[in-house]
Amino acid sequence: MIAIIKYNAGNITSVQNALNRLQEESIVTDDPSIILKADKVIFPGVGEASSAMRYLKERDLDKTILKITQPMLGICLGLQLMCNKTEEGDTECLGIFDTAVKLFPPIHKVPHMGWNNLNTTDDGIMNGIQSRDDFYFVHSYYAELCEDTIGICDYIQPFSAVMQKDNYFATQFHPEKSADTGTIILKNFINL
Amino acid sequence: MLKKRLIPCLDIKEGRTVKGIKFENLRDVGDPVSLAKRYVTQGADELVFLDITATIENRKTLLQLVSQVAQEINIPFTVGGGISSLDQVEALLSAGADKISINSAAVSTPQLINDIAQEFGSQFVTVAIDTKSVNEIPLVHTHGGRQPTQQETTIWCSEVESRGAGEILLTSMDHDGTKTGFAIDITAQICNSINIPVIASGGAGSAQHFSDLFQQTNVSAGLAASIFHNNEISIPSLKSYLSKNKIAIRCK
Repeated sequence: MIAIIKYNAGNITSVQNALNRLQEESIVTDDPSIILKADKVIFPGVGEASSAMRYLKERDLDKTILKITQPMLGICLGLQLMCNKTEEGDTECLGIFDTAVKLFPPIHKVPHMGWNNLNTTDDGIMNGIQSRDDFYFVHSYYAELCEDTIGICDYIQPFSAVMQKDNYFATQFHPEKSADTGTIILKNFINL
Repeated sequence: MLKKRLIPCLDIKEGRTVKGIKFENLRDVGDPVSLAKRYVTQGADELVFLDITATIENRKTLLQLVSQVAQEINIPFTVGGGISSLDQVEALLSAGADKISINSAAVSTPQLINDIAQEFGSQFVTVAIDTKSVNEIPLVHTHGGRQPTQQETTIWCSEVESRGAGEILLTSMDHDGTKTGFAIDITAQICNSINIPVIASGGAGSAQHFSDLFQQTNVSAGLAASIFHNNEISIPSLKSYLSKNKIAIRCK
């Protein structure tokens, strides 16, 4: 059973649909006891960082996320909230990844919207992914590179597209919306 | 490198896909869910569903369709047509739409753009703009293109950006359905004057039209309907053509 953390963010339906297509059981919940007992946890999210963090804190979900010992996958805003802080709403975040999230300078179109490829190694959660494979991104803020970065995407400047620290994984792109290449990553996560 | 997107558009009427010329003479071209799945298999980068006869009675049909599409496809899709309130937006997003597009309601109530962007985030808001030249000045048209306004298209695009839209879907009604190529001039002009992504629509008739669009403008995506529905151009052959012409596209 995979617990999908329910909070005031979008794309939760999409994540559950993707797991259904893989015939993987999931539950959308904000109950810490269910989250901590699940085999795996997905922390999805599209939305605004400061209101999302406020919501998580009000329900003690920030503390719950830090207690998780099973594999957890953050997606999009989920990845950003797992960093130290973000410029969006000048928000202190969960501090799992030791890096900051910043607004893209307007050198090219912002948001970074569409399909882009990564520089990554073909193992772990990225097993079977090659550098020419594209993933679907939509974001205006990016996580700076750090030692937890395991996949780098280049748009305006290189940024963290995939991150991992211990049992915590995160992708800036949407694996649930990235066609067959995204499905590979979700399967890798399920099989961890 | 960020790829140029190819987007088939499915015009929806009472749960079926239809296509007309210059927004008129609609004919049935099939079941939206099976068409959508076919496009995903072929390598479409995104899909747009426009409910062109959006009425209150049809809302439920549309929500069911959105939910079914969301269950079955694994690429992003946008839903538009007759959206004029935050409640409608929320219903579509919870049914599984990745983005919504607003058109006439944005013109009559521009604050709606700010409200949706604030509530759900800019990335959810595509503003669809139908433009048609009147005395050689591109003017915004609403209500499926039937109603001209006095608003100049280029000025409206900048306002839409400043109000928080995440993307613009620009349809040239002078070109829509003609298959004579995209509206290169106005598309290029708008892409250079704003900093959010623009999807160009209207006029695609050949692979070269897409290649011209991507080479001559800074557009992020090209959208078309009939040439894909009628299989006049298949997405794989279009992608291979664009790839040979050194345009960055997603290969499956």
